[in-house]
Amino acid sequence: MAKENNPRIPVSQQPFQVQKPEDTTAIGGTISIEVNEKKVSVPFGTTILEACKENQIHVPTLCHHPDLCVAGVCRICVVEVDGMRTLQTACTFPITSPIKIHTSTPMVRKARRHIIDLLLSEHYGECYSCFRNENCELQTLAKEYGVDSYTFGHITTPKFDVDRSSASVVRDMNKCILCKRCVRTCIDLQEVGCLEALDRGHETHVGTFLDKPLAEVICINCGQCINRCPTGALRANDPSDQIWNAIDDPKKHVVIQTAPSPRAAIGEEFGIEPGHSFTGELNSALKRIGFDKVFDTNYTADLTIIEEGTELLNRLKKALVDKDESVKIPQFTSCSPGWIKFIEHFYPEYLDYLSTAKSPQQMFGAITKTFYAQEAKINPADIVTVALMPCSAKKFECNRPEMDSSGFKDVDYGLTTREMAKMIKEAGIFLPEMPKSHFDDPFGDASGAGLIFGATGGVMEAALRTVYELVTGREVPFKNLNITPCRGFEGIKQASVKLENCVDAYKFLEGVEVKFIVAHGTANATKVMEMLKKGELNDVHFVEIMACPGGCLGGGGQPIPTSEEIRTKRAQAIYAEDESLELRKSHENPHVKLLYEKFLTEGPCSEKSHHLLHTHYTKRGKFIS
Amino acid sequence: MENNLDNNKKRTGPVLFSKYTRGEGIKKALAMPREDVLFELKSSGLKGRGGAGFPTSTKWMLVAASTASKKFIVCNADEGEPGTFKDRVLLMEYPELVFDGMVIAGYTIGAKTGIVYLRGEYEYLLLQLEEYLMKMRDDNLLGKNILSKEGFDFDISIRLGSGAYVCGEETALIESLEGHRGEPRNRPPYPVNTGYLGFPTVVNNVETLASVPHIMQKGGDWFRLIGTDKSTGSKLLSISGDCEKPGVYEIPWGTTITELLQFVGAQNTKAVQVGGASGICIPKRNFDRHLAYEDIATGGSIIIFNESRDMLHVLQNFMEFFVEESCGQCTPCRIGNTKLLEGVKMIRSGEFTFSYINALKDLGKSMQVASKCGLGQSSPNAFISILENFKDEIFFHNGYGRK
Amino acid sequence: MLVYEKNALSEEIELLVEKYGVDRSSLLQILQDVQRKHNHISDFAQQEIARLLSIHPVEVNSVISFYSFLHSQPQGRNSIKLCQTISCDMAGKQKIEDALTRELGISFGETTKDKKYTLEHTNCMGMCDQGPAMLINDKVFTRLDPEKAVNILKEVE
Ligand SMILES: Cc1cc2nc3c(=O)[nH]c(=O)nc-3n(C[C@H](O)[C@H](O)[C@H](O)COP(=O)(O)O)c2cc1C
Ligand code: SF4
Ligand code: SF4
Ligand code: SF4
Ligand code: SF4
Ligand code: FES
Ligand code: FES
Repeated sequence: MAKENNPRIPVSQQPFQVQKPEDTTAIGGTISIEVNEKKVSVPFGTTILEACKENQIHVPTLCHHPDLCVAGVCRICVVEVDGMRTLQTACTFPITSPIKIHTSTPMVRKARRHIIDLLLSEHYGECYSCFRNENCELQTLAKEYGVDSYTFGHITTPKFDVDRSSASVVRDMNKCILCKRCVRTCIDLQEVGCLEALDRGHETHVGTFLDKPLAEVICINCGQCINRCPTGALRANDPSDQIWNAIDDPKKHVVIQTAPSPRAAIGEEFGIEPGHSFTGELNSALKRIGFDKVFDTNYTADLTIIEEGTELLNRLKKALVDKDESVKIPQFTSCSPGWIKFIEHFYPEYLDYLSTAKSPQQMFGAITKTFYAQEAKINPADIVTVALMPCSAKKFECNRPEMDSSGFKDVDYGLTTREMAKMIKEAGIFLPEMPKSHFDDPFGDASGAGLIFGATGGVMEAALRTVYELVTGREVPFKNLNITPCRGFEGIKQASVKLENCVDAYKFLEGVEVKFIVAHGTANATKVMEMLKKGELNDVHFVEIMACPGGCLGGGGQPIPTSEEIRTKRAQAIYAEDESLELRKSHENPHVKLLYEKFLTEGPCSEKSHHLLHTHYTKRGKFIS
Repeated sequence: MENNLDNNKKRTGPVLFSKYTRGEGIKKALAMPREDVLFELKSSGLKGRGGAGFPTSTKWMLVAASTASKKFIVCNADEGEPGTFKDRVLLMEYPELVFDGMVIAGYTIGAKTGIVYLRGEYEYLLLQLEEYLMKMRDDNLLGKNILSKEGFDFDISIRLGSGAYVCGEETALIESLEGHRGEPRNRPPYPVNTGYLGFPTVVNNVETLASVPHIMQKGGDWFRLIGTDKSTGSKLLSISGDCEKPGVYEIPWGTTITELLQFVGAQNTKAVQVGGASGICIPKRNFDRHLAYEDIATGGSIIIFNESRDMLHVLQNFMEFFVEESCGQCTPCRIGNTKLLEGVKMIRSGEFTFSYINALKDLGKSMQVASKCGLGQSSPNAFISILENFKDEIFFHNGYGRK
Repeated sequence: MLVYEKNALSEEIELLVEKYGVDRSSLLQILQDVQRKHNHISDFAQQEIARLLSIHPVEVNSVISFYSFLHSQPQGRNSIKLCQTISCDMAGKQKIEDALTRELGISFGETTKDKKYTLEHTNCMGMCDQGPAMLINDKVFTRLDPEKAVNILKEVE
């Protein structure tokens, strides 16, 4: 995904591309090498690291990450190659000749131990007060290499102030080992570019533009850097203490909504293989922790689809029937707060293309403190709304000043999957063993359409299921409602469906080929925006963009580690859950229908719904003052 | 206000500091097919003068054989190794040798563009070099169809560094040319394969290139007669420190340190640092060793220390240099050098244990094999060799520990 | 910074980008020119350069912070760089250092109040046989003694 050459990053940090033969069985396609005296045969151009992995030989790594291009800077993966004077880094070295590799000679072991000793000598932090305790690559290495003392001393005073300026990301550079995984994530994977190495020599550190606090530079809060940091140097801004306080306060009515992605991933925090959803178990656990109500964010995801779908149809009508030239098409989705901040900074002149619909998280907050408060006869001032999200950007989103349409702060706290797992553990609960239970009413049921929001392409798929049916009166013409062109992890996907035999209200769409684009990761968003700029999207109607690679299931608040393999499994869990549900279309959600009957009586995109469920954006621009 | 510097050219020799008429080497080369130029170069046995000593003909051949659409020849004039200044003298006095060498390289490898990476400290040379290039263009030694050789177009531009020693490392230099931090790249791929802007690139030291025109004129065999079997030709040495006649000397390879000390007028010499901060420190008992690729290879920096010098002070100066000049990307060099420097300071203050100093030497050995580039691979050399060779002075002079 | 100053700087940078080419490989040359003229590369200039080369401001900042001749903070009109490496050190660099700090009343790494001088150390600058040596802007001065060094200071504007 990030593997293609990116002109913005130094060649040294781009993967060495060897022309690999198409057919690896052909002569020259494979090379016989020796790893630790064992003869093996590998495809031409395989790195030593890959070759070792294939053959169950463990080579430690720190700066290497499967999502990122190579760096070769930590040097922990060094191995001996016969005939070479110096050790070679396994992660960078492409095999192009029949070499002999030794991965555990005295020289190799000593060098690795020295590297660990050196890193530890400058690593200011204590494992027991660190959120990465037991999930830290540095700690693991120290254990693996039997570090029992600090050979080269240990730093006793911090060198850097902890940067807590951002609502989403906390940076403690005292724990940084300069692997630059965050730098490569931010520049290359996300193309936001707010982190780089500054200064040189012993003064080198990772910093922002002029070392400003993170909140003052252009960070989109996506948290992707956190997910790829091997240590506790980067973490999300954790509100769990405040949440405990709210739970412990008898006057407060604490409500939590849970998004689908955390449910499909939280098991990983309890040692379960990726790819299992724990929705029911989580409901029980949250109740036991002390949340008064547990709701399903998918409910507002359905609501989002109704609002956003209606908005799209309205735009199309204005454009096609009223010939209103000011209407902006394609409509872009707006449920990823990382993407919203991205477009506000990098493409402020295109904000009108965004759907005005709020994200499901914020809709939920607004509905909870109005409709729910009214139904349950609770003073909204006493309601505390918590959102369990896969995302660090949601923390920033719920603190946006405009997110108070209920008259209160709509969502009080955004909580990540990792932080939730920590709270559950703190409460003495082992999640996988909890009994299953249901969400609470009045938002008990949600459709599978809302569920698949968690994967890239999900919003598009959900929207198509609804829009197509509204317009034609028939179900989308895909087997089992699985709109497969929306699925998968390709960076940018394009597809279309033709609207035929439309119902009377939508006759103006007869024969229209609805074209849509799905992109994930802001590097791909950049490509889509450049296409828009060049006028290449004139015939496209709807664009879904998620800031995080893989969509929300790869969000910056999800369990660490992350890789495409793990994200694929999480996606499978989500799609499997969708298929297992009866209710799979947002517009059929009975509770959503009820909301429009009882509360938003003027229907989608009406004035009231606009007040509560829609928002506006800020032209932020790129200038850092 | 004028620069006040002189070139201190103290000893001339047959190759570099000898008569050469501008363009002669180019003429000779252009009259030959490329293979013959390479052959001549190969038979001369010329090896890189920048420090690593890689056979120049092989390097050129690798790029000449490539079918890439663009190729580059880069002249490494970053001369940052403490104690070296011979490239400056070549550029000031013999620009014709350097530039003609580049033109010949361009012809041989099939490059249309040559770039000189001139260290920022030498900015004062820029104007005169630019003027010289203009003259070459006027005389059709640069430009299109050089010396009426149909289809041979070549030009040279000069780019400045901005104060970073590590940019002398060839891949860091390329990164710097591309507008990045001067951080050395992973190898493979080597610059001859993926160099400037991703194209095959030859990076050669100023002196290497300056040797080429003479080889073209007088032949590889002539060159091979100078020096030793494995180290052919002559070498420029930059000599500084405790001696009467510091300056630049052209010597044939194979000269011993004793001989050297004689003609530079050094007395009471205790030690000689060969190869600059990243080289090794030779104690008196080894002064009969030879300067040659097969014995003590060097880029040409010779710093002489007499009996009055405090070797620990010297070592500290070197380690401070590396701590500052490391690019900082890889662990062994970024943190390792500070640990070595700390060790030196501990010795100075007397607060050390021998076991810790030995642990540091051990660390130095790991740095030599695990660092990403030559800087970190060679920075422990001074630490190890000075502490080994001057044990008595450093550790026992004032009893355990110094004041 | 006043608006018209900003505009002038933008224009200047645009010209530089035009001269060297809209490509990342022009970055160092552009930075060197701005540094030469303004004695530093301001945060505004850094962002303008980033914008015109389509790179991120932090990348420009990162490059500047890497090279010891480039600065984000304003420097004196005359940058005095005294060589601190071994040959100059043995030739008496410390005495020059003392004389310079005493004369200017600032330490190394600092700039005089009138922004006339910045004192810096630099590593070997290829004048080892004629040390102690220093650079003032792009001019080199060798075989210094304290008196000579101080006199040279007086000559610069
Ligand atoms: C830290 C470091 C600094 C170097 N500095 C220089 C230099 O200033 N000039 C130079 O010609 N080579 C320098 N080199 C060597 C170059 O990497 C490279 O080997 C050389 O330019 C190749 O040219 P040659 O084959 O003509 O010697 C340096 C190497 C290292 C590791
Ligand atoms: S980052 Fe890792 S090693 Fe450091 S304190 Fe945290 S858990 Fe421990
Ligand atoms: S949160 Fe996202 S935008 Fe912010 S620094 Fe991390 S990767 Fe970059
Ligand atoms: S913050 Fe984390 S990811 Fe970034 S360089 Fe430091 S250790 Fe690596
Ligand atoms: S050895 Fe030193 S200079 Fe070389 S890449 Fe590593 S940190 Fe940079
Ligand atoms: S993992 Fe290979 S160098 Fe860091
Ligand atoms: S040591 Fe000062 S110029 Fe070389």
